[in-house]
Amino acid sequence: MSKIDDLDEGLSGEGGDNNGIIGSNSGGEAHASGSQLKLIVQTFLENKLAIVGIALVIIAVLFCFVGPLFYHTNQVTTSYNITQAPGHGHPLGTDQNGYDVLGRLMVGGQSSLEIGFSVAIIATIIGVLYGAIAGFIGGVVDTIMMRVVDTLLSIPTLLLLIFLAAVFRPTLTLLIIVISAVSWLSPARLVRGEALTLRVRDYVKAVRVMGGGSRRIILRHIVPNAIGTIVVNATFQIADAILVMATLSYLGLGLPPPAANWGSMLSDGVNYVYDGYWWLIYPAGIAIILTVVAFNLIGDAIRDSLEVRLQKR
Amino acid sequence: MIAFLVKRVGQSVIVLIGVSIIAFILEHLLPGGPAKAILGGRASPFQIAAFNHANGLDKPIWEQYFVYTGNLLHGNLGRSYKLNQTVNSVLATDLPKSIILVGSALILSLIIAIPVGIFQAVRRNGIYDYAATSVSFLLYSMPSFWLGIILILAFAVNLHIFPSEAPQGQTIGAIITNPRAMFLPVITLTLVSYASFTRYMRSSAIEALAQDWIRTAKAKGLSQRVILFKHMLRNALIPIATLVGLSLPSLITAGVVTESVFNFPGTGFRFINAANTEDYPLLLGIIIVIGVMTVVGNLLADITYAVLDPRVRYR
Repeated sequence: MSKIDDLDEGLSGEGGDNNGIIGSNSGGEAHASGSQLKLIVQTFLENKLAIVGIALVIIAVLFCFVGPLFYHTNQVTTSYNITQAPGHGHPLGTDQNGYDVLGRLMVGGQSSLEIGFSVAIIATIIGVLYGAIAGFIGGVVDTIMMRVVDTLLSIPTLLLLIFLAAVFRPTLTLLIIVISAVSWLSPARLVRGEALTLRVRDYVKAVRVMGGGSRRIILRHIVPNAIGTIVVNATFQIADAILVMATLSYLGLGLPPPAANWGSMLSDGVNYVYDGYWWLIYPAGIAIILTVVAFNLIGDAIRDSLEVRLQKR
Repeated sequence: MIAFLVKRVGQSVIVLIGVSIIAFILEHLLPGGPAKAILGGRASPFQIAAFNHANGLDKPIWEQYFVYTGNLLHGNLGRSYKLNQTVNSVLATDLPKSIILVGSALILSLIIAIPVGIFQAVRRNGIYDYAATSVSFLLYSMPSFWLGIILILAFAVNLHIFPSEAPQGQTIGAIITNPRAMFLPVITLTLVSYASFTRYMRSSAIEALAQDWIRTAKAKGLSQRVILFKHMLRNALIPIATLVGLSLPSLITAGVVTESVFNFPGTGFRFINAANTEDYPLLLGIIIVIGVMTVVGNLLADITYAVLDPRVRYR
């Protein structure tokens, strides 16, 4: 993360002017000068892999949410038409319950994407506020708050999730809450690091002198200046949440049927691995990989374009 | 060094206390409390009250916590009522097998990832660098269970080279005397950890190559080989200690998933089974032991780092 730390160094060097990377334009506080934002967007769009990533995400969203409007399938009641090979009205065949695999991919993707986006948003908000407060106050409060994070990080996330999924009957909302509850730790750590360096900056002192409160400093100055780190991390969080959800479902601790999910489709498909029913193994797996690759590509590209902007200055 | 050790060990002790508090909270998070978890869902209020009284669960909460940690400090992790065994004895048979699986995958992935990462750094932005980066990127984005399934499909179902199931047996001997059956689980786990190690190794080597002493060595006219192996390698390898420590939780996670894919008779497989049979004492016992192992592993990694790189001690 050292490169992103440098970024803030560069920003505040400009005559004490506070340039956030993405502007809020409120009260002339953290605002991006137009050329900077333009440069970031430009470098981002020049990155071919970023375009691939964005295209894949758009395709995935259209496939999962618009696809079912055009491709009608019955995903609720089972039929005797089971494990049929692709063809004859079922482009990707049917599964062990007689559900159309293509249609199920669409429906299953909805919950994956919903969980990915919701977890990234919730975990980022909690993590950013926690980290900013810890780093801003510093001292004993910071030490205590960070030991809490260390403690939670020392228990592997998946084990906690499996425990919670075993105790509570999973619903979509509950899974989002539970996965968010273990995902805010990495943004908290990152933002706390940023806040530690930002709080001693001249412009923060200036706000103090002018009578600005802690809340104003955290929300209007520290968070906007750390936004690059935050956005990059949030993108990776979407990818991670989708993977975690798939793994939980694979282990049989995800949403109960008839709810569909890419992970649970694979967990059912594995039973037929010796029968050569490839359409129960590859489509769902490839769907997960493409979606996760897409978000990882976007995250890498945003990080690169933030770094390139520094080099061009 | 002493000051560093005292500070670092102190931090770990605090985190360990934190782990015990989390386990305690998780136990009390159970619907109906610990009594219901042990007696079952149909226990009557009288039975629960009797059980609570007999086990000190009617005392104040802080007193319960001290009894709980007292038990933990005596190495008593409780009892699995589903298996009718102590958690300690379950772990004693399972944990060594998991350590062999995760340990061999860890060593194997380092053996592959270190040279590949250095090669990528030296020839960066070349065709081999892009190819290797794409492979690790793909592996990194792949669910580990799917990788396991694909390997089973290729090597067990289609080619019949390796069995699809890990070696079955209670003893460690049964595990290590069957390398053929160990192959697929170890390779799955190796590929998963290779993906993150090689990315890290590449950037660590690039950073080391940009240092002044490398430029000095070049200016002195030293050969490429001497620069790489005498000057760059030693510096690029130091962060590996921290990396191994930091990646322990994700290694363990991948281990749990891999064990479940291959029916490997280890702690991870036991954990998933315990979740499906609602065997809460066993779940909590495994969480505590793995938490402690992670904390101790991180501590050892940091101390190794400080021994190898004296600059860290004075920060």
